[in-house]
Amino acid sequence: MTSTNGPALEIRDLVKKFGDFTAVDHVSFQVAQGEIFGFLGPNGAGKSTVIRMLCGLLTPTSGWGAVAGFDVAKHPEEIRKNIGYMSQKFSLYDDLSVEQNIDFFSRIYSVPKALRAERKEYVLRMAGLTDRRTTVTRLLAGGWKQRLALGCAIVHSPRILFLDEPTSGVDPIARRSFWDLIYQLAEGGQTILVTTHYMDEAEYCHRLALIYRGKLIALGVPEQLKRDLSSHKLLQLETSDLLGTMRALESEPGVLDVAVFGAGLHVNVDDLAAGIDRIRQVLAQHKIQIKRMEPIQPSMEDVFVGLIEAEEQKNP
Amino acid sequence: MSIRRIRAMFEKEFRHILRDSRSLIMALFLPLFQMLLFGYALNLDVDRIPTMIYDADQSTDSRALIARIHGSRFFEIQGYATNYADIEKGIDRSKVLLGIVIPRNYSQHLNSGARANVQILLDGSDSNTASIALSYVEGLLQNYALQVRSAGQERLAGMPIVAPVDARLRVWYNSTLQSTNYIVPGLIAAMMMVIAALLTSLTVAREWEMGTMEQLLSTPVRAGEIVLGKMSAFFVVGLVDTTIAVLVGIFVYGVPFRGNVLMLAFSTMIFLSGAFFWGILVSALARTQLFAFQLGLVTTFLPSFLLSGFLYAIENMPVPIQVITHVVPARYFVTIVRGIFLKGIGMSLLWGQVLFLAAFSFLVFLAAERRMRQKLA
Repeated sequence: MTSTNGPALEIRDLVKKFGDFTAVDHVSFQVAQGEIFGFLGPNGAGKSTVIRMLCGLLTPTSGWGAVAGFDVAKHPEEIRKNIGYMSQKFSLYDDLSVEQNIDFFSRIYSVPKALRAERKEYVLRMAGLTDRRTTVTRLLAGGWKQRLALGCAIVHSPRILFLDEPTSGVDPIARRSFWDLIYQLAEGGQTILVTTHYMDEAEYCHRLALIYRGKLIALGVPEQLKRDLSSHKLLQLETSDLLGTMRALESEPGVLDVAVFGAGLHVNVDDLAAGIDRIRQVLAQHKIQIKRMEPIQPSMEDVFVGLIEAEEQKNP
Repeated sequence: MSIRRIRAMFEKEFRHILRDSRSLIMALFLPLFQMLLFGYALNLDVDRIPTMIYDADQSTDSRALIARIHGSRFFEIQGYATNYADIEKGIDRSKVLLGIVIPRNYSQHLNSGARANVQILLDGSDSNTASIALSYVEGLLQNYALQVRSAGQERLAGMPIVAPVDARLRVWYNSTLQSTNYIVPGLIAAMMMVIAALLTSLTVAREWEMGTMEQLLSTPVRAGEIVLGKMSAFFVVGLVDTTIAVLVGIFVYGVPFRGNVLMLAFSTMIFLSGAFFWGILVSALARTQLFAFQLGLVTTFLPSFLLSGFLYAIENMPVPIQVITHVVPARYFVTIVRGIFLKGIGMSLLWGQVLFLAAFSFLVFLAAERRMRQKLA
């Protein structure tokens, strides 16, 4: 039944309604084996709902999905043997020790007895908890908890791993090392579907899907998504009066979007040369001094904001 | 069903129980505490009734009657009145429950064969106690009057007169008619239903609150395995609790244990499994610990204490209520525990009750398993 060449998972026109509210609206995509697939979107966009349907925790209202070659609606038991899931909320037993948590999940996932000790050592090493195996989980710091949760989700070497905002509430260094782990796993052939709202993390993914209000609004390799947006020209602008600049430029023809970015502004224009001239003129009229103005490559965040704004203009 | 996964659930759950020392202490002390509290408080015996006597006759017969009352364990003479007002005051202030007035010509009437009236004044606000007290005092007065009269007649006849009927009572199973013997076995049954359901009522709801249920549902573990694993962990606690309760019954209250220990153990296991499944079902329905606890308490406490026949005889209830008692598992377990304790009866008479408890346990297990299988909201 399980094909090794087909996509690791595939969904077609997946819909989930909660009463009148459509949480997921005809979403389709494929994820290849060994891919790190990023699922991007603001809170409440429907990311977690898609993942929960793929894990068999929710039944789709309509549409079709397959994980590891098994139909989501027909064979959820088979799917559960082949996946690891790490939910948004930390969900290990915090009154049990590190080792007891690993042992429990190892047995629940029916890891063969002969492999259990070896898998446990692997998880402990991976999470950097070899010296803390008897510590009660409650007492671990955030980053360690996160890695232990990941460890428990991969103790049975699942083919596909679902990570729902795995790094929320974890410090940047711990986030970094967490992503190193994700890369290691992907190199080992595991397929990873990860949701996040950290833009820098999105850039680590092989491919991205952008979901907004239940709809898929963009899908592709991060570089390509950025290139698509480059039809819009982006300027980094620093001036003596940030708010005054925003007000002056907002209604200007040729300026698509002005957004605060760090100490300056990101200004989106439809034509680079004309845009620069225009901004010089307008700011001179308002007696605002330009400290710095230069064209830049859009970041993932620009792509994200740009796409969502375009979407909102289409369907206000 | 995989035995290995059930064992994993069982061991995990048992670790939770051991780690949570406060709950563990409560789980073990609760039965002890309840047994002592309810056992002493729920005393249905009426004895040492506070009594006040107004003896207007002041004769040998009246004094002999008072001595008789004094000697009975059912009455305790609180004082002697010299008028009605004293008795009235005593009853109003709840100092006495019973007033006995012996009229001026009591002795004369008694010996002349006329009606010898004695007035009894009772505080009827607790009608149950009052009617029991009335029957005691009536019995005592009748008995005494009869004795005095037959003694007089015997004197006249010069030979003993044999009463036409001489009833010799022999009470079985609870020969001293002590209510503790009746209450304590029933208490063990009713109480264990509540304790068992409350013990498991938090277990699934806690997993929902902690988010671990979502994690569990994403793994290959099946709903039935979760239910069985959790139940068996609490089963150990439940057996210890029942043992404590039975020992308190036998050694603290001195309730006779006439039946078979194995029969009690067997029926307890079947009963407990049902009660634990009930707690798990309630927990899965409620999904929050607070609601689950309340639901567990309401669905077990009232039925087990009021509708099980533990305190109130089912035959005296209105027919619709009697019908309802048939689905209260504690009803059957009360009958079983009382039967084993007091009558020493076994499976040959109790198989019907045991069968019901087994069926209850199985059905509730199925319901809990179905509920658990349901996905996220």
